[in-house]
Amino acid sequence: MVIPYSFRREHAAVPGAPAIETRDLWYRYPRVEHAALQGISISIPQASCVALIGSNGSGKSTLMKAICGILPPQRGTVRIAGLPIGGCHHRVAYLPQHGAINWRFPVTVRRLVLAGRFVHLGWIRRPGRRDYEIVDEALDNLGMTDLADRQIGMLSGGQQQRALLARALAQDAEVLLLDEPLTGVDHITRQVFERVINSLIQRGRTILTATHDTSVREAGYDTIFRLEEGELQEGDDDRHHL
Amino acid sequence: MIDIIFEPLRFGFMRTSFLVAILVSIACSTIGVYVVYRRMAFIGDALAHTVLPGLVVAYLVGINMFAGALVAGLASSLAIGRITQNKSVSEDTAIGIVFAGMFALGIFLMSRTGSFRELSHMLFGNILGIPDSMLIWIALIAISIPLFLFLLHKELELTSYDPSHAEVIGLRVDTVRYILLILLALTIVTTISAVGVVLTSALIITPAAAASLLTRRLVPMMVLSTVFGATSGILGLYASYYFNAASGAAIVLVCTAIFAVCALIEWAMRDRVNLKRSAA
Repeated sequence: MVIPYSFRREHAAVPGAPAIETRDLWYRYPRVEHAALQGISISIPQASCVALIGSNGSGKSTLMKAICGILPPQRGTVRIAGLPIGGCHHRVAYLPQHGAINWRFPVTVRRLVLAGRFVHLGWIRRPGRRDYEIVDEALDNLGMTDLADRQIGMLSGGQQQRALLARALAQDAEVLLLDEPLTGVDHITRQVFERVINSLIQRGRTILTATHDTSVREAGYDTIFRLEEGELQEGDDDRHHL
Repeated sequence: MIDIIFEPLRFGFMRTSFLVAILVSIACSTIGVYVVYRRMAFIGDALAHTVLPGLVVAYLVGINMFAGALVAGLASSLAIGRITQNKSVSEDTAIGIVFAGMFALGIFLMSRTGSFRELSHMLFGNILGIPDSMLIWIALIAISIPLFLFLLHKELELTSYDPSHAEVIGLRVDTVRYILLILLALTIVTTISAVGVVLTSALIITPAAAASLLTRRLVPMMVLSTVFGATSGILGLYASYYFNAASGAAIVLVCTAIFAVCALIEWAMRDRVNLKRSAA
């Protein structure tokens, strides 16, 4: 028996619904005059690879956090596969920026990747053999089998990002939100990310990547959204098919 | 040598004290690892001090002091959880205010009793005078803490290093934090009977901090921390018996000495690794 963390039953996806849909999304941090998100409405179809670009402080991370449910919006709605946040926790995986994780914590790479299975286990239930098999597959896919027993703080920046991507694979999420995933990482990690993300898109997964790197316009994204001071810029919904 | 070991065990109260020292170490040392790694040392110390008014009120009303401490500990942990949840005042400031205020209330109430001496064991503990009825409560709590930590291991672990992922999968970080604070309050209330309000946080933090110097794995760290805690309890009681000194202080001093030895070992190991690296 699974006791979901939210104590709410997970629902089936609404057929034909966009992978991500936000409508008139507003968010303002406490004691800050300027709203971080101002009426953001986007619709991202399933199996697409989308970039969210903008300078530092433009609201990219806030939008990511609102989409995955970390920051509840003060106005507007977010739907994942046609369902409100809370009805589909297992569908969304979020790779936060490097600083959001306590890398000094005594946990191994394997345990970190195993955390991708927790949403399927819920309260108290312990991981089984199948969960560990899935974790080993994910580690192998990211070329991290040799590092599985290493403490997470002993990894390089690129290896840490790969470990987080392995966790998202272990979760088997349908929507992946990547917040500045390639900032300061090595060439090998970039190549591994490209390979894994391409294979995820082929498997029908949806990828939303936030980056301040405007050179992404040269990369192969289906859609590019540009944020500036919490507002979506008109006419920047460029399409570059892979 | 054998006589030195068995001499104190001839007394019933000493046998009870050794048992309490081991039980308290199990609870403190396991939860201590989370307290250290979640940077909750200040909250632990504050919680230990905030139970003082509960102890004094229980003494004045004439009810079980353990129950008074328990109520005050749980109320304080919920209050601290609530305050730290609200970011309008910084966490350490809020805890500092609650901690000082509650401790002052305890001292104020103590001064109203007209006898500081009777209540001094609240401040410094009295492990040698624990009645059998209380031993059962201590045992129950000491066994419950590791059991809860075992059952909630993955939730506590995840929220400790990646609260974002926890929130994304629907695991409320605040809920886990409240659970941990309640477990911490129970541990503190149990430990106060052994080493008192002032020294309780040392038994929670020091063995875990010492263990964290020698291993980078959570479960071995808990085991090592428990060994350090139990060793401190046992050696501290022997020291207290043979030097006729305060037992709580002796236990904490042994604990501190173990930390110092671990720090030296870690320093030597790091030095050796650096030498190997520079040679390579």
